[in-house]
Amino acid sequence: MRVLVTGLGTFWGSRLAQALEQFDDIEVIVGLDTDEPRLPLERTEFVRADSDYSILHRIVKATKVDTILHTHLLVDSTENSNRRMHEVNVIGTMNLLAAAGAAGSTVRKLIVKSSTLIYGAGKRDPYFFREDMQRTTSPRTEVERSLLETSAFVRDFAVDNPHVVVTKLRFSNALGDDITSPFARSLSLPIVPEILGFDPRLQFVHEDDITGALIFATRNDIPGVYNVAGRGTMPWSEICQVVGKRRIPLPPFFTNWAAEPLRMTRVVDLPPEVLDLLRYGRVVDTRAYRRAGFEYKYTTAATVNAFARSLRLESVVGDSNPSYRYERDVETFFRHSPAISREGNE
Amino acid sequence: MLLPSGMPGHFDDPKPTTDQASYETVQRVMGAIADEVNVIDLGPRPEQTSTQSLVPIPPRPARELPDPEPPDREIRTGDVDPWGRSERVRSLARRLYDPLYKYWFRVQWEGIEHIPTESGALLVSNHAGAIPSDAPAIMHGIETELGRPVYGLAEYLFRDLPGIGTLWSRTGGVTAHPDNAYRLLKEDQQLVLVFPEGAKGTGKLYKDRYRLARFGRAGFVEIAMRAGVPIIPIAVIGAEESMPILFKSHRLANLLGIPYAPITANMLMFGPLGGLVYLPAKFRIRVLEPIHFTAEPDQERYSRARVMEASEMIRGRIQEALYDMLRTRRSTWW
Repeated sequence: MRVLVTGLGTFWGSRLAQALEQFDDIEVIVGLDTDEPRLPLERTEFVRADSDYSILHRIVKATKVDTILHTHLLVDSTENSNRRMHEVNVIGTMNLLAAAGAAGSTVRKLIVKSSTLIYGAGKRDPYFFREDMQRTTSPRTEVERSLLETSAFVRDFAVDNPHVVVTKLRFSNALGDDITSPFARSLSLPIVPEILGFDPRLQFVHEDDITGALIFATRNDIPGVYNVAGRGTMPWSEICQVVGKRRIPLPPFFTNWAAEPLRMTRVVDLPPEVLDLLRYGRVVDTRAYRRAGFEYKYTTAATVNAFARSLRLESVVGDSNPSYRYERDVETFFRHSPAISREGNE
Repeated sequence: MLLPSGMPGHFDDPKPTTDQASYETVQRVMGAIADEVNVIDLGPRPEQTSTQSLVPIPPRPARELPDPEPPDREIRTGDVDPWGRSERVRSLARRLYDPLYKYWFRVQWEGIEHIPTESGALLVSNHAGAIPSDAPAIMHGIETELGRPVYGLAEYLFRDLPGIGTLWSRTGGVTAHPDNAYRLLKEDQQLVLVFPEGAKGTGKLYKDRYRLARFGRAGFVEIAMRAGVPIIPIAVIGAEESMPILFKSHRLANLLGIPYAPITANMLMFGPLGGLVYLPAKFRIRVLEPIHFTAEPDQERYSRARVMEASEMIRGRIQEALYDMLRTRRSTWW
């Protein structure tokens, strides 16, 4: 198996590459990103690319990869500008699919990491979104628009290339020790924001289950779209209780304006799509992926609990994970220098 | 890829379409264009050997198993279920509502044995009162008598109301999305209460009391058929007199964005805030014979004619029961 991972510079990409390295039958792992890997990697080859992957065509041709793991869809609008999200999500995916579907392409499997943001959140929503359900609100933010557009590209690719197994995973809100998301940041605040009079039902997925789900799709042929979220639901008030935080209400009307001072003072950035979630919540039906054979390690409650534990540890010892810095010379030395003994590693 | 197919410069292979004639036309046009412009040959496309064509959504099994909430007892601090209902909040609400139920409305049941004690069923009732007083009475009665929860389907509007919406959800309110109803009935085998008249029932004037409004588009019948559960019609009298609407203002309703803006007898008697106080009408609730459908559950579609017919039949039975109960009613208040 020869694998290409996009978004190696994101936390997911690095975690995924680390996990892929454990499998001996995966001969080649090529990672692509504008930024360096976040975690130390043993044998993954890192290639620096433009944000829109214009060199992908050459890479796919030269490395003869058969599996592409497209983890680089930006879903956190607080860390990325609209323009960048459009470049990376829409143009990046377009170039990726063009390369994967080009004549003579060796690609036989495509796995896309998408988000349940695609369903939106509104009052007319069903209480459980199945994969075949459409959103009931029109998308208001660039992140949602770009995800919808990307989704259409992937669907077209799947129709045009029936010989490629296309799996699309829609991940719920992620929580974990090592990742940052608007929810993780909100829950890390001394007092957590809520919208007065609303207590939405939410779901979370643990970072280990995210990697696990991507690996599962790599190891098995399961074409289709699947929701991935920890089993169970919890109201926001209870989530804050488990994490041990008090809540401060935002007004239920003109909430977006009220969130603006928080944004400006850089306390916490709650973008419109997250405010919708804090108002209406969103829960997806996760049975399809479990039926396909995937086993979760964490339920929603267990995910929140694990996050609460890591917050407690962090509040005592500070940042518990010293961050890794990629240095090209060192990595090249370890991988290719004849001075390195490789016998012990084999 | 960015050019519409058939345009000069579009060098992608035309996809074989089902329409063979148009495919050949495209081939011919492409051939003609090839002579004129530079056509870049990218070599053969990957051969399509695998028969595994992508189904964008994997098909679901005919019978989906229920997906119970994981226990997580040592982690969870609350008892809010996947539908947002909390038994703790609900039992508190029952304790507060009980005096009203017993001494104000003096609710009297008839035929409550028709409601199953275990399996799912769709309870269908008439609806009345500017702020409907029938839903809490029915839910309270069944929950205390049978000891099982009742979920009440209601307008999307509730989900938008700060505070009230959360309280409504914790006490068993669910928005009336067809998939919500189906899941509750079929997968969770719960009791679901629905008022097919909707706001047309609660917003009707006092002079139209006990005359059933249209039963929507009969969606409730189709859901019961799909879920394979019986429909249990319920007739309620007393709710109409507990908060009668004397006038309505369309203009005010439009301005406030609400279904109707009533002037009730209660407001005239007790002042504007008195609009929240019910008149002590005697409630009588009659549960009619359950209606079972012969149609197979989980079919792709159901005959509209049959669905409408069943809906009309149920509406007729409730209407008849209402007239029957009114005939024997000596007093509105006792």
